[in-house]
Amino acid sequence: MSLQVGILWLCVTALPALAHEEAASGVGTGVVYAVPGGWFEAVMFYVFAGTAVLSAIGVCVSRSVVRMATWLFFALGAISVLYFLLAATFIAAIQLIVYVGGVLILLIFGVMLTSQSPWVRFTPSRLNLAVAGLICVGLLVCLSSILLEADFGAPLSTTPGVTVEAIGRRMLTHYLVPFEIAGVLLMIVMVGAAHLARQEKQ
Amino acid sequence: MLTIGLTHYLIVSAVLFCAGVFTMATKRNAIGILIGVELVLNSANVNLVAFDRYRAGLMDGQIAALFVIVLAAAEAALAVAICMNFYKNLVTVDVDQGDVLRG
Amino acid sequence: MSQFSVPWTTRYRPSGSVFARNAVVVGALLGGGGVFGLGVAESALKGHPAATFLLGIGPLATAAALVVLAIVIKAWRGVESFLMRAAFPILLGAIAGTTLGVFFGALFFEWVQSLIGHAANDRTRFTYFGGELLLSEIAAALPNLPRLVHGAVWLFQFPLVRDLVNLGVIFGVINVVPAYMIWWERKIAGRIQSRLGPMRVGRWHGWAQTVADGVKLIFKEDLIPDGADKPLFKLAAYLAFVPVVLAFVALPFGATYVFREMDVALVFILAMMGIEVVGVILAGWASNNKWSVYGAMREACQMVAYEIPMGLALILPVIAAGTLNLNHIVSAQDGGWFNWLAFRNPFLFAGFACYYIASLASCKRAPFDLPESESELVAGFHTEYSGFRWSLFFFAEYAAMFVVSGLAVILYLGGWNSFIPPHWVAGVGEGALGRAVEGLLVSGPLWFFAKVIFLLYVQLWLRWTLPRIRIDQVLYACVQVMLPLTMLLLIGNVLWVWADTAWFGGGWAGLSRVMNWALGGIGAMFMFGFVAIAGYGFYHRRRLVGNLVVDPLPAS
Repeated sequence: MSLQVGILWLCVTALPALAHEEAASGVGTGVVYAVPGGWFEAVMFYVFAGTAVLSAIGVCVSRSVVRMATWLFFALGAISVLYFLLAATFIAAIQLIVYVGGVLILLIFGVMLTSQSPWVRFTPSRLNLAVAGLICVGLLVCLSSILLEADFGAPLSTTPGVTVEAIGRRMLTHYLVPFEIAGVLLMIVMVGAAHLARQEKQ
Repeated sequence: MLTIGLTHYLIVSAVLFCAGVFTMATKRNAIGILIGVELVLNSANVNLVAFDRYRAGLMDGQIAALFVIVLAAAEAALAVAICMNFYKNLVTVDVDQGDVLRG
Repeated sequence: MSQFSVPWTTRYRPSGSVFARNAVVVGALLGGGGVFGLGVAESALKGHPAATFLLGIGPLATAAALVVLAIVIKAWRGVESFLMRAAFPILLGAIAGTTLGVFFGALFFEWVQSLIGHAANDRTRFTYFGGELLLSEIAAALPNLPRLVHGAVWLFQFPLVRDLVNLGVIFGVINVVPAYMIWWERKIAGRIQSRLGPMRVGRWHGWAQTVADGVKLIFKEDLIPDGADKPLFKLAAYLAFVPVVLAFVALPFGATYVFREMDVALVFILAMMGIEVVGVILAGWASNNKWSVYGAMREACQMVAYEIPMGLALILPVIAAGTLNLNHIVSAQDGGWFNWLAFRNPFLFAGFACYYIASLASCKRAPFDLPESESELVAGFHTEYSGFRWSLFFFAEYAAMFVVSGLAVILYLGGWNSFIPPHWVAGVGEGALGRAVEGLLVSGPLWFFAKVIFLLYVQLWLRWTLPRIRIDQVLYACVQVMLPLTMLLLIGNVLWVWADTAWFGGGWAGLSRVMNWALGGIGAMFMFGFVAIAGYGFYHRRRLVGNLVVDPLPAS
């Protein structure tokens, strides 16, 4: 029951986060509690950054691959809400559709196709865990200390406008060559994956 | 603390990056390693979008994030295909077993 | 009593008089407490409207709800007989009340917004929660009404409050739509098979069947298999349900009837439809059941495959309209049925058919219902589910059907525009009454719902007519037929739109218009034929399906 209440609560709190887009683009003036820099943005940031971080830790500590994929699901969803808060709605929607709707399902599908038993687990050695944990915590401490020390200057005062059109224009003018190369790459990957996963004729 | 700035997002991204690296280092299941890679790529994306929002404002960061997402999708498709081939040949997805090419 | 007993079984029947007395006492106590709280709030807090509302109305509403709930549970037999007598008026009243309530609610919100706009814009005022309207200003606008009304209006100036109210409406829609779709599907299945379908509960054509089923499902035992991954098993049902709720957030029912107008609404809704699958796959996996895993794997490959032609078919109208914003796409299609995007050019006409087929596959409806095929997989991914969690999957599935049909209507069939060209109804005036008539009859959510209901009817019709196809046929149809076809349609549509806007001048425009009228004529003929055949069938229903009679139950 607590789970149900929690999920409904998450749903209810997640929804007004999407309001940020309107406030940033100035399209609708009806939603004023989600202005950039306001209290609501702070609350939403802490809730969803916390969700992302906890889910990432869940990915680290869980043993079953499907559990890991589930934690990854929550991490990806929380990151997409962070994109909404950053007024990057197009990236947020693409993150949801490609990562959550595509890559994650592909991963779970891969787990189902390649597992010997339903609960496949490979336990790593203790030494491995200790060394990896030490390195990662050290890395995190270094990174955070640098980030907290660094001075990135004053934040940009103007809020970006409607992003889809701007992204489209810039992608098809300034970034045309990378765009085409990405298209070619996707086709190569499609052919390659189909070739790799092909059944040998008996 | 109450005004969310660039540093907040960068620290979240650092935590995600370290979690991804830890996952890649400790999991022996090939798909588990892939999940770690996805976490690392996502942390990079958070960085790109956050810098775009707070520093540049020319959509460059968002477009770079889009390319990262495209590459991640392509990489995941190929990696799952390779995992399936691995499984077909060795009947496991434990990457430590894949040492048949060692001299 | 140690054992849980259902109040309306014969074993446990409280005598009515004692219960009625208790109910009266409890109601009087709670009501008295509410009135007392109201008085305390008025005197102690100097009539601050938020306090008035929360301290006074809150307990009163809670008391009323508790008393009603107690009466419903304790005196189910009496309520049931009342429901059976009043069934049809309640049904009609609920539909009309919802429509009118949403309409006047929107008018009310707009009015509050205009009050805010006219208020003295003194920014030094305390605006922590975004409120800018003073109580005195509301009192000046509504001089003859009690202060309580002023307090309620004051509350609605806050966007958070309006959002919560709108969210309540969305939850209501999500609960009501699947309930009536399930009942309706059973009636249609019955008629297609020359049966009557549910005829007992609620007396008028079994209208309360789904409500009764829902009550049954909530009280059923909640089973979790021994070998299941329990947290994932519990989580999966919600993961299937919540994304559909979120899809309704971005789906517009009318020009102003939308919770959040996003410029990426289309991508967002498509993403939510994709996320719903994660719940289904996890459900199949966590059940630790062979058939469930088969169902989940079928769902995974079917969804990942059909999202590509579905997305390509959704891009076609976006290219033709030149925007991703669903509101703008609909406003590009006003002015009569031949302006709808499905009739603009042959590629869009074919794209509509492709989208409809892909949407059937994406919400796992027949003939693509392989993940839950009853005869091969014993219901597939929800084999192990029971009770409330099982019903969550079905709520999600029927709500998803509504969402994909709504997308088809918005992108291809003119959204909330009626088929009437606007110059036919140029006499509709301005003002509140004119706007009401215009919103209800010319272009408004009623038209949206009518078109969606038609598409849903076609989905149900196909389900009960076509046999299920094999999984290899499903994937063949996607990868080797739909995918190249939608890619060709995309290229053709781009070229047509380009020629329409920039090429050949008058000659091409003439060809384009002729093609537009021809396709519109085909659409109108299809619709006219459908209505004619349906009318013929309804008029001769006694002769066609026989005189089906409902025998009285032995006990009654």
